[in-house]
Amino acid sequence: MKKLIIATAALAVSAGAVFAEGHAKTVRLGTEGAYPPYNFLNDAGEVDGFERVLGDELCKRAELTCEWVTNDWDSIIPNLVSGNYDAIIAGMSITAERDEVIDFTSNYTQPDPSAYLALDGASVDFEGGVIAAQAGTIQASHIASSGATLVEFATPDETIAAVRNGEADAVLADKAYLSPIAEESADVAIVGEDVLLGGGIGMGIRESDTELKEKFSAAIDSMKADGSLNALIEEWLPGSATF
Amino acid sequence: MDCTDPSILSGFNWMLCYLTTGKHMALYVSVGTVLLLLSITAPVALAFGFGGASAARSRFLPLSWLGKGYIAIVRGVPDIAFFLFFVIALDQAFEWLRHQVKCPDWDEPIRQGNDFVVCAAAKLPLGTSPQWMHETYGFFLAVLTFSIVFGAFAANVLYGAMKAVPRAQIETAEAYGMSRRQTFWRILVPQMWVYALPGLSNLWMVLIKATPLLFLLGIEDIVYWARELGGAKTARFTDYPHGDWRMWYFLALLIFYLSFTKVSEVVLDRIMARLTKGQATAAGEAQRKAAV
Repeated sequence: MKKLIIATAALAVSAGAVFAEGHAKTVRLGTEGAYPPYNFLNDAGEVDGFERVLGDELCKRAELTCEWVTNDWDSIIPNLVSGNYDAIIAGMSITAERDEVIDFTSNYTQPDPSAYLALDGASVDFEGGVIAAQAGTIQASHIASSGATLVEFATPDETIAAVRNGEADAVLADKAYLSPIAEESADVAIVGEDVLLGGGIGMGIRESDTELKEKFSAAIDSMKADGSLNALIEEWLPGSATF
Repeated sequence: MDCTDPSILSGFNWMLCYLTTGKHMALYVSVGTVLLLLSITAPVALAFGFGGASAARSRFLPLSWLGKGYIAIVRGVPDIAFFLFFVIALDQAFEWLRHQVKCPDWDEPIRQGNDFVVCAAAKLPLGTSPQWMHETYGFFLAVLTFSIVFGAFAANVLYGAMKAVPRAQIETAEAYGMSRRQTFWRILVPQMWVYALPGLSNLWMVLIKATPLLFLLGIEDIVYWARELGGAKTARFTDYPHGDWRMWYFLALLIFYLSFTKVSEVVLDRIMARLTKGQATAAGEAQRKAAV
């Protein structure tokens, strides 16, 4: 066994030598690919959505070659810090808790309202009922501190399914994610008042990678300045606050 | 077949277009990924197992400790912990090795707070390599992890099987003047398989069912795609809106896994019948009598 590991390691070391010639750095962007309209996989299986368009434009402005990678939400931060990709662009709100582990660029959305979605006509007890949220989100920590019973799911889609099959009374998620679902299906609707959470969405970057953080922040600021970011927000996240 | 505007299609044609989207193609490819993983992992794990078992019964003590330690550690640690920890650890170990070789005059620390930072030339694969290389690399990390885990279980099975070969067989070999090595390869190894196969076939079944763990390792396997494709889709983000269809996708997975295990059972039964031939076991005796 030991031999095999050493042999594999040796192979890996020598294989890399062939490709080690100088290249312009490619920046790998990690996203979840399951949170429309922010990011999702389109019918062709490619990353699409608000953050796809935004990320491509930011890379153009920062003069970087970028590549898209999808990763499970649960392990999206561990894989960033271990260097499997260079930036997270996955609808991740800027929070103090996350900021201890990674760094954030300037925010590219305003603090976005979160909303509750429940079965149409149901009355929901927001302080004592059973509320679903995606694990590891700001909505999940909000529910946990509100007194309601939190049920967590790995993907956004499963939180909606939990409301439909009665496992949860309502789901708390970004309003931009819930609105298209509420508009298109008769059985569920947005209920209650919006909740403002987090400090807006930003790109997550390794703490040691200040250079990349500066580059993306500068690109985001330039898009804020010329209004192109607002145009994107209006196109993809109708109803969200602009800059 | 024109799939440019699925909203005007219906019934069979809609289904035909739906089932041939790029995303569905990725699902079909992932079936191949799973089969490929199994076909590489099974022999490699068996080799690890054979090595582990041979080491464990070695008369050279450190080697025996190594074999027994390998079996005990992997069998004792929960699989999920192993899968989550091992892939990141293996990846970092490889990158650390390459870092030592390629960037000897690097002056920054490799661990900076939470970050694991090696020089760009030591990244594996390089940040500049195309996505398929990252995926292939991840796939081989997965194969290695699966092999190490299942190899330990296989080692334990083979270790037991080696001990189950009747002592009389070994004694006879010794009486013929065979060396220890000759006895091992000519008498012990050919005869142990019949004792090992029930245990190994269990392992194979568990391995088939463990493939959904692939997604933990960052590989988009059939369960990932079934979940992704089955989830409800709104018309704003797809040409093929539909409700929650996960049940149908998981039903298809169920059929896939059931038929796969059934085929495995048939094949394993045949191998068992073949191995039993001429063995000094109850089944071998029964086979001999039936043939008379």
